[in-house]
Amino acid sequence: MIELVSAERCIQCDICVAACPDNVFDAVKDGVPVIARQDDCQTCFLCELFCPVDALYVSPLIDAIEGRSEADLAASGLLGSFRREMGWKNAKPYGTGADLSYRMFESGAIVP
Amino acid sequence: MAQAVPIETAPADVIVVGGGPAGCWAAWNARASGASVILIDKGYVGTSGAMAAGNNTTIDTARGTKERDFTVNQRINRGLGLVRRPLLESVLDRARINLDLLAQWGYAFPVDDDGRPYRGMLRGPDCLRFMRQRLIKAGVRVIDHCPAEELLLTQDGAVAGVCARYRNGRGLLEVRSAAVVLATGGCAFLSGAIGTNNLTGDGYLMAAEAGTTLASMEFSGQYGIAPSFSGVTKGIVYFWATFSEADGHEIVLPGDRQSVAKYLMKGPVFAILDKVSPRLQEGFRKGQPNIFVPFDRAGIDPFRERFQITLRHEGTVRGTGGIVIDERAATSVPGLFAAGDAVAREGMSGATSGGGGPNASWALATGSWAGEDAAAYARHVGAHQVSRPVRPSRVRPVEDGNSRKAEIKQVIEHIKSETLPLDRGFFRSEDSLNRNAMQLDALWKDETWRRPGDAYDAARIREAEALIATARWVTASALLRRESRGVHRRTDAPASDPALTTRIVSGGLDKPWATYDLMRDQAVRAAS
Repeated sequence: MIELVSAERCIQCDICVAACPDNVFDAVKDGVPVIARQDDCQTCFLCELFCPVDALYVSPLIDAIEGRSEADLAASGLLGSFRREMGWKNAKPYGTGADLSYRMFESGAIVP
Repeated sequence: MAQAVPIETAPADVIVVGGGPAGCWAAWNARASGASVILIDKGYVGTSGAMAAGNNTTIDTARGTKERDFTVNQRINRGLGLVRRPLLESVLDRARINLDLLAQWGYAFPVDDDGRPYRGMLRGPDCLRFMRQRLIKAGVRVIDHCPAEELLLTQDGAVAGVCARYRNGRGLLEVRSAAVVLATGGCAFLSGAIGTNNLTGDGYLMAAEAGTTLASMEFSGQYGIAPSFSGVTKGIVYFWATFSEADGHEIVLPGDRQSVAKYLMKGPVFAILDKVSPRLQEGFRKGQPNIFVPFDRAGIDPFRERFQITLRHEGTVRGTGGIVIDERAATSVPGLFAAGDAVAREGMSGATSGGGGPNASWALATGSWAGEDAAAYARHVGAHQVSRPVRPSRVRPVEDGNSRKAEIKQVIEHIKSETLPLDRGFFRSEDSLNRNAMQLDALWKDETWRRPGDAYDAARIREAEALIATARWVTASALLRRESRGVHRRTDAPASDPALTTRIVSGGLDKPWATYDLMRDQAVRAAS
């Protein structure tokens, strides 16, 4: 579930408010978005893709709170890790060309 | 909740409900045919739905080639008697035309080791964002975070628009149109499987209220393997896994890996992805990072360490049940079209999962047909479409009142307990199904929880109604099919009965029904 909107990093662009498929965030006038409906988060990590400044953290746990501190997450390089691996930047995708998924089918054991 | 006055908006020729791949391709093709188009989603067009949550294998083969024949024969074998070759071939042909279009538009397909573009993989969020931009540029009006609540009908029962409600409290939105395309996805009963939270069967309910039928709803006992703490049901990696019980004793799963269910009912099961070669490890990492996000964040190396797994229900998202359409995308209701996972697709995938290729191709093809045919229908209705008197179609209108948030939540938990457990959704029997039918009937009849205090409640109540209705069609169909076939497993009838190689249609709201589609059988036989 979504656990962090970093006030330190957030630039209040509110892209996460729009892009979340489950309407988890509420925008705040002149402020950082709040996690208003945490229970509705489906742990799809997609808000992290759209965040231009790596201010969000979605824990991998779907029905428990992980509770890691922002300092710990930043130090472990987890803030923005999914966005980097997917090749997104400023809420735009640049990574599909480097997708090596076709190797799944190389051996011929699986055919779509 | 105060009685909401609908916000009227400019009409459109075609309204597409649902912004996954089927909805995006419907919107594109309707617009390309000259129609004015609104694309409306309960979430955000680009992140909503099952495709957005992962990579999507697509089938990119040309008719008459060895590769195509292999795919088609494989589908026919796995479909257990229900796949129809001509439909399958035309779906694959049409999906390929869309892949050509994506390439023309400059979508960055991966390139294989020989430098050829590899078009058999569409990365969900990337591809959907690309489509969203394309649609906006083409003049499609995209409305996010506005769940459709019901269809508007003319006096003679044709579909004439949509009533929706903004999630942010801006109110009700009433949009008139000549045609509507339902691309609302399947239903996974809020199992937690990634990407399925918005997939609560809303389109089935709206379509049934307008008068359509459903088919193959019993082919919904589909479950995906996920790490026990996670919702990531990207099952393909488990092809290279070793499974074991708590004491380390290896579990051998011949054929369908879902059969791990019987071990999960006895105790914890573990997996390790120890058969993945280093080259393929890199392929997965560079291809499908979202498979590894949960492992990396939980500090697990899945290639070297055992981790506990579970099965999460994927219902008709990966099963094959849904709204009945004709050979393209028209429902039996004038002006109503349907596409993608919202549609019954046993003709494409039979009694087994449509995951891993067929579903994406199906969405691309039926979405395109729905868009084209909805636009043609709009031309036929013509300019007088806005002057037609309309009526609402909702069967059980809710009463405004004091919010019953706790009751609504309780009802949803109750529905989940009837549908998700392995001894309900995976293994079925006459006893368990009769129990389901009784419980669901009581929930459907109960009025006390249908009291919205705000827009949030209104949306949740509608989702709960759709979940109950969907579960009742599943139950009625599963009771009727007294055999096991594909992802429909009856513990009291474990074998397949060759006499039952016919699809089941279902419908009804206050009194759900199911029956074998013998008329269609005759029509198919006559045509072949």
